Amino acid sequence: MRSRSANAKVHSHLNRQGRAAHVFLIPWQLGFLLITAVPLFASLYLAFTNYDILNPPEWTGLENFQRMIHDDQFWASVKVTLIYVVVSVPLQLGFALLLALILDRGLSGLAFYRSAFYLPSLLGSSVAIAILWREIFGDDGLINKGLALIGIHGESWLQNPKTALATLIVLNVWTFGSPMVIFLAGLRQIPDELYEAAKVDGAGVWRQFTHVTVPLLTPIIFFNLILQTIGAFQTFTQAHIISGGTGGPANSTLFYTLYVYQQGFVAFDMGYASALAWVLMVAIAVVTALHFLVSKYWVFYGDS
Amino acid sequence: MATLTAGEVISSPAPVRQGRFRSVLKHTGLLVFVAFMIYPLVWMVVSAFKPPEQILTEPGIIPSDLTFENFKEGWHALNRPFSVFFVNSLIVTLGSIAGNLFSCSLTAYALARLQFRMRKVYFAITLASVMLPFHVLVIPQYIFFSQLDLVNTYWPLLIPKFLATDAFFVFLMVQFIRTLPRELDRAAWIDGAGPFLTFWYVVLPLMRPALVTTTIFTFIWTWNDFFVPLIYLTRTKVFTVPVALNSMVDSETQSGVGMLFAMSLLSLVPILIFFAVAQKYLIRGIATTGLK
Repeated sequence: MRSRSANAKVHSHLNRQGRAAHVFLIPWQLGFLLITAVPLFASLYLAFTNYDILNPPEWTGLENFQRMIHDDQFWASVKVTLIYVVVSVPLQLGFALLLALILDRGLSGLAFYRSAFYLPSLLGSSVAIAILWREIFGDDGLINKGLALIGIHGESWLQNPKTALATLIVLNVWTFGSPMVIFLAGLRQIPDELYEAAKVDGAGVWRQFTHVTVPLLTPIIFFNLILQTIGAFQTFTQAHIISGGTGGPANSTLFYTLYVYQQGFVAFDMGYASALAWVLMVAIAVVTALHFLVSKYWVFYGDS
Repeated sequence: MATLTAGEVISSPAPVRQGRFRSVLKHTGLLVFVAFMIYPLVWMVVSAFKPPEQILTEPGIIPSDLTFENFKEGWHALNRPFSVFFVNSLIVTLGSIAGNLFSCSLTAYALARLQFRMRKVYFAITLASVMLPFHVLVIPQYIFFSQLDLVNTYWPLLIPKFLATDAFFVFLMVQFIRTLPRELDRAAWIDGAGPFLTFWYVVLPLMRPALVTTTIFTFIWTWNDFFVPLIYLTRTKVFTVPVALNSMVDSETQSGVGMLFAMSLLSLVPILIFFAVAQKYLIRGIATTGLK
């Protein structure tokens, strides 16, 4: 009898929680439905249509995807984005890790250096910094003025298709502060005993680094890699400002998201833009899944 | 530096001196690197106060003439003064903060503490949507909001925030609530408080660090956000600061560089103030969540 009443009490308690949960989750459920789920499937549908927002969408099957195959701008944007991701993310993480290691070993003034290096990350995605970059790498910009001092005459870095993308890679590397802060937090998690034990076993600084620091830091490296890769795929603001929205010169800064924007919101070719967006999503999902698969071979988790 | 630690006292003087030499070397190297990193920002600040014709002719950071002309001209460079854009940005930013604090905390509490059937599914959906690229949603969202005639209003920017669509913050808050002792909830339940009172009087006050982190990052992200306002805000009177800067770039001339720098600098001031005030929380926030 006691257990039955206790059961009943637990049940009414759970019912009450279930009802409350539905009230608490009203905003989330509405948002999931209206802002995420319906738009997700709507854009999947639009990807197979021709749609200019004024006339109703017209089903065209795989036409949008076939169009991509012969679309030079599409391939240019894929190339630009891949080069950017593959070059800037490892460089950025390399700087982040190096500086974190230098700052970690009980250095005085840590807080000052951490803030100074973090500041660019905080500002890096703003329009203001993209404008600054235009002036730094422009014809009469800071870089060329500096080069002139040592007698080199530089051309505009932004007008040259060979160097325009490099300026944006530099901008991304410049924001190494945020992964650095995460590395610093990770380094602090490594117990001192492990270093002590390694020293007792006769390991020098280098072997301590390769046998203690690096293995224990691999989960953090992996985390940063995933985060920065997904972010780099979606770079938009900097490319838009640097090129005045064109992706030029000669498509050299035509980032993928900029191309989606041009097709969707400048040309109002929303069917094609939806198809492009879905390709991006699938690409990001595949790259992330590959990262997870490969991570088994290099990421070290304490329990295995 | 003045006080010696136990280790330094015990070790012989020679290594200490050597260590000190190395640390001076290290600090010198780091300071040079910091100067190199920060130079572009300093150049921007100084340039904003230079007469326009000197900005691109003198790369140095010590100006020969100081002027506020750039600020005066830049403020009125578009057909409305920048005060309008700052107010607009402030409305959007404060609205977004309110929306995220309200909707994400409600959602996180339900997902972290309440028992209901779909709980695991909902949590998995939240996690998955963190990775969803915004571009795949933006076209139907735009069509939806334009059919409701909400283009050139702030609703398309604010409504999603009140509907807990910034999944990262939901995740952050769920993780935080999980670290709070459950006994506190139970005690409140035994005292007869229902889920709502428990949330309001027990959990929410304890969530302060997570709420602060959410506030800081919502502020920075919304203030810097360019893509969403660019799409929805096409009339000058509703521009936020980044969109206004963008349209100044479009009409840039040689004499405009000074104005651009001045207005760009002003656009960063709120973030710099936030950085100075909330630095401690900010660093802790990134370290624990990986936010930018």
